[in-house]
Amino acid sequence: MTIDWSNFTPGSALLGGIMIGVAVSAFVLFNGRVAGITGMIASQLQPEAEGRLEKLLFLLGMAAAPLLWSLANAMPAIAYQGSWPQLLIAGLLVGFGTRYGSGCTSGHGVCGLSRLSPRALVATLCFMAGGFATVFVLRHWLGG
Amino acid sequence: MLRLMAFLCGLLFGSGLLVSGLANPAKVLAFLDLTGAWDPSLALVMAGAIGVALLPFTLAKQRARSLLGAPIQLPTRRDIDRPLVIGSLLFGVGWGLAGICPGPAVTLLGSGYWQAYVFFAALLAGSFGYEFLERRQAAAALVRS
Repeated sequence: MTIDWSNFTPGSALLGGIMIGVAVSAFVLFNGRVAGITGMIASQLQPEAEGRLEKLLFLLGMAAAPLLWSLANAMPAIAYQGSWPQLLIAGLLVGFGTRYGSGCTSGHGVCGLSRLSPRALVATLCFMAGGFATVFVLRHWLGG
Repeated sequence: MLRLMAFLCGLLFGSGLLVSGLANPAKVLAFLDLTGAWDPSLALVMAGAIGVALLPFTLAKQRARSLLGAPIQLPTRRDIDRPLVIGSLLFGVGWGLAGICPGPAVTLLGSGYWQAYVFFAALLAGSFGYEFLERRQAAAALVRS
C-alpha cells in the first residue's frame, strides 16, 4: 500500500465530514428523520410515500449546493472516469443495489453507524468491499 | 418549518459533499484504490460525520418527538439478511465502477456535467427496476395465499 500524500486532503475532508454530520444531526433532531438518500429518492417513485415533499426538498437542497457554491467560489475539482456505458451500468447497479440493500453511504454509512446499528455495519462493510474489489479488478487486473 | 429545515439540511449536506471531495468521482476512486496510489482522505469524511452525529442520534433514540414536534422515525430492524448483503455488494460494485454513490449523484445534478444526468437516469432506472420486481413478487404472494 502506497499513500498518495500529494492528493491527501485531510483538512477539507474532515471539514466536509463535519458539515455532513451537522446536516444529518439537524435532520434527525428537527425533522425526526434519518437522512438516507436512497430512501428519499425511492419515496419520489412512490406516489403514496410518507413525507414525500420533505424528502424532495432535502434532495433539492442537495442539488442546489453547487449552484450556491458557484455564486461565491470557483467549483471544486470534479472529474469523471469511464465511458457512458460504464456510467450507465454503474448507475443501474447503484440504483438497484441500494434499494435491495435498503440504503447507501448516507443511510447505512453515516446515519446507521452513528446509531450503532449492526445492519448498517454489515452493509457498510459489504459496499466498501465491493468498491475496493471493483477498483482493484478494473485498475490492476484489467489495467483499464 | 419542517420543509424549510429539510431544504437547509440538504443544502448543508450537499455543500459538505463538495467541500469533502466525496462529490468528485476521481477522488472517490482514488480512495477505493487500496493497492494503487491510495488517497485516504475520504476515511476522514466518514470519521468527521460520524463523530459529529453519534451524540445527536443517541439523543434522538431517547425521544419520541423531534424539536419541531415531528415523530422521530428511526429504523428498527436488526436482522442481517441476504438482501442486505447482496444489495450492498452490488451497490459497492457500481460505486467502484463510477465513484458515485446516491448522495453525490443528486448533488452533481446541479453541477452541469452530462455524466451526472446519465448516471442519475440509470440510478432511477435501477431503483425503479427493484420497485417493479418487488411489486410483482408481492402480487404473486397474494395470488398464492
